Amino acid sequence: MEKKWEEMSADEKQDTQFQKLLAPKDPEGNDLQFQTPEAEANYKASINRIKDAIQLKKTPDRVPVTILPSMFPYINAGMTVEEAMYDYDKCTEAFNKLILELKPDMNIGASAPGPGKFYEILDYKLYSWPGHGVKPEHCYQCNEKEYMTAEEYDLLITDPSFYFRNFYLPRVFGALEGFTMLPPLTGILEMYGVAFSFIPYALPPVQGTFKALFEAGAEALKWAMAMGGSDLQLKSLGFPNILGGFTKAPFDTIGDTLRGTKGIMVDMYRQPDKLLKAMEGLVPIMIGMGIGASQQTGNPQIFMPLHKGADGFLSDEQFKKFYWPTFKQVMLGLIEGGCIPFPALEGSWGSRLEIIQDIPKGKTMWMVDQTDMGKAKETLGENACLIGNVPSSTLKLGTPDEVKDYCRKLIDTVGKGGGFIMGNGAFFDEAKLENVKAMFDVTREYGIYE
Amino acid sequence: MSEELAGLLADLKEKEAIGFVEKALEQGTDPMELLEQAKKGMEIVGQRFADADYFIPDLIFSGEILKGIIAILEPRLKSGKGEEADRLGKVIIGTVAGDIHDIGKDLVVFMLDVNGYDVTDLGIDVPAEKFINAIKETGSTVVGLSGFLTLAFDSMKETVEAIREAGLRDDVKIMIGGGQINEQVRDFTGADAYGKDAMEAVKLAQRWIGG
Repeated sequence: MEKKWEEMSADEKQDTQFQKLLAPKDPEGNDLQFQTPEAEANYKASINRIKDAIQLKKTPDRVPVTILPSMFPYINAGMTVEEAMYDYDKCTEAFNKLILELKPDMNIGASAPGPGKFYEILDYKLYSWPGHGVKPEHCYQCNEKEYMTAEEYDLLITDPSFYFRNFYLPRVFGALEGFTMLPPLTGILEMYGVAFSFIPYALPPVQGTFKALFEAGAEALKWAMAMGGSDLQLKSLGFPNILGGFTKAPFDTIGDTLRGTKGIMVDMYRQPDKLLKAMEGLVPIMIGMGIGASQQTGNPQIFMPLHKGADGFLSDEQFKKFYWPTFKQVMLGLIEGGCIPFPALEGSWGSRLEIIQDIPKGKTMWMVDQTDMGKAKETLGENACLIGNVPSSTLKLGTPDEVKDYCRKLIDTVGKGGGFIMGNGAFFDEAKLENVKAMFDVTREYGIYE
Repeated sequence: MSEELAGLLADLKEKEAIGFVEKALEQGTDPMELLEQAKKGMEIVGQRFADADYFIPDLIFSGEILKGIIAILEPRLKSGKGEEADRLGKVIIGTVAGDIHDIGKDLVVFMLDVNGYDVTDLGIDVPAEKFINAIKETGSTVVGLSGFLTLAFDSMKETVEAIREAGLRDDVKIMIGGGQINEQVRDFTGADAYGKDAMEAVKLAQRWIGG
């Protein structure tokens, strides 16, 4: 009899996840019909290649190659970012065209632009996007502020969901103002008094917020259908989307969008114990976020963009005290849940490599930006698959020959013995297509393992 | 006057530093002297950052302590800051058009300031004309262009170009920096140099202006 999921070891769970990826289903739950036998063979070869690169048990047939773009697929297709955000069909069309041209072993889907109309409905303030603070041809950008004040740690620690609903969300979504009037759900206990908790739902601002939510939900679903259709089509043509969802390191969760860079850094001095406690409280929430998304999408890879742990942001001592412990706990929880943490080392992380290599072998994959890849291979690469790190500057300003030289060096050093996926180092908007193609061509020619 | 306040600030002892200022004022110490001490403390912080003993949180927290000290001193200071006279030279900094990232830029501004430069911070998403106007108004000889996204490559190039067209290119040295900036990008933009962190920005200013 097959083992139950809960009884499986982390190894068994990961194997089960890959078996599921190798036998993809359509939305009705039937076996996916590939468009050609060749597409099926390519799809499976890609999944196996990625699996071997991640697991570090055997060398893949060749170095897998991928592209992890920001707005490049859309700008490359001659449209503005604004068009990609508002016209979902145009967006997926451009993405699919690029994937068919490049044929990556894995892709992350066309979801990067996101649904522009949805952000409008909710009056999203956390980001500026085309037509709302940035030019039509530019990518959306974060408006960093102290959306959580220094005095609110106790609220966040006591009940994160209540804090998010009543304080944080109304500050980042103008249309969710009505949430500030809602009482805690945990006050709903028994017959006597239960109706009191429901009175706020009769108030016009609360009803306005719920109306906006229904509308936003419908828009999000419309967008998700377009994304799902695009994924399914690419899959049936042999090109897997491996992204299962995303989560964050607790230090970044608080430092990026709650307290902000300055806020969290001052908290490290003025209220370190509360900061640590709040981050510990976020660990199971961040794990649940990843596992939940993975169950929804059926893909195990959980992306984790890492920001404030980079070289220079913190001292080693500060990194070990404030950043690493809860980041590691989130990764371990994800692995325990059958997911594959997929952190992105944005910027340079050379000084952290020896600390972060302390993770279970063959269970994670790391996107590497500007960290020295040779050093990364000798440390983190002992235990984990590395992806990267072709520079944005070379892709935009270099020549195909320069790209090829760079990639050959990566294959010779980082590719040695497997555990490496060729790709760009940082999410990028602009590049020369011929340079991106060169990265794929040289990997297919030169990246074959003997 | 002892160096105690400079030491407390440099060691990031917020309560002690604030307590020291309050007590010193009670005892009749000249607030200008205390401000000088605080500035000396910030110089030490800058030095420790340059030596990699301090990192960004330490820099940011020192700025917060200074803010607290100045809030106490300000009502007692006779006239404005009165500190610009002994500045080493003028530098203009801004994040280029289309890009709204400011963390890196703010660090550069901070480090130039504590190292004695008079910095004009133009903020984020700064169009080329604004840089040109600032050069004309301030007479600055160093301009720093910051940018985080790939779109900044073009904006930087356009800004350098616009400064040239305004006939000001020979009057200023231009440095660039930010997330994906390297020598290849510098060459593309036509800037004079790039710096990989805030300390390199200070070194470039020192090389170009002196100090």
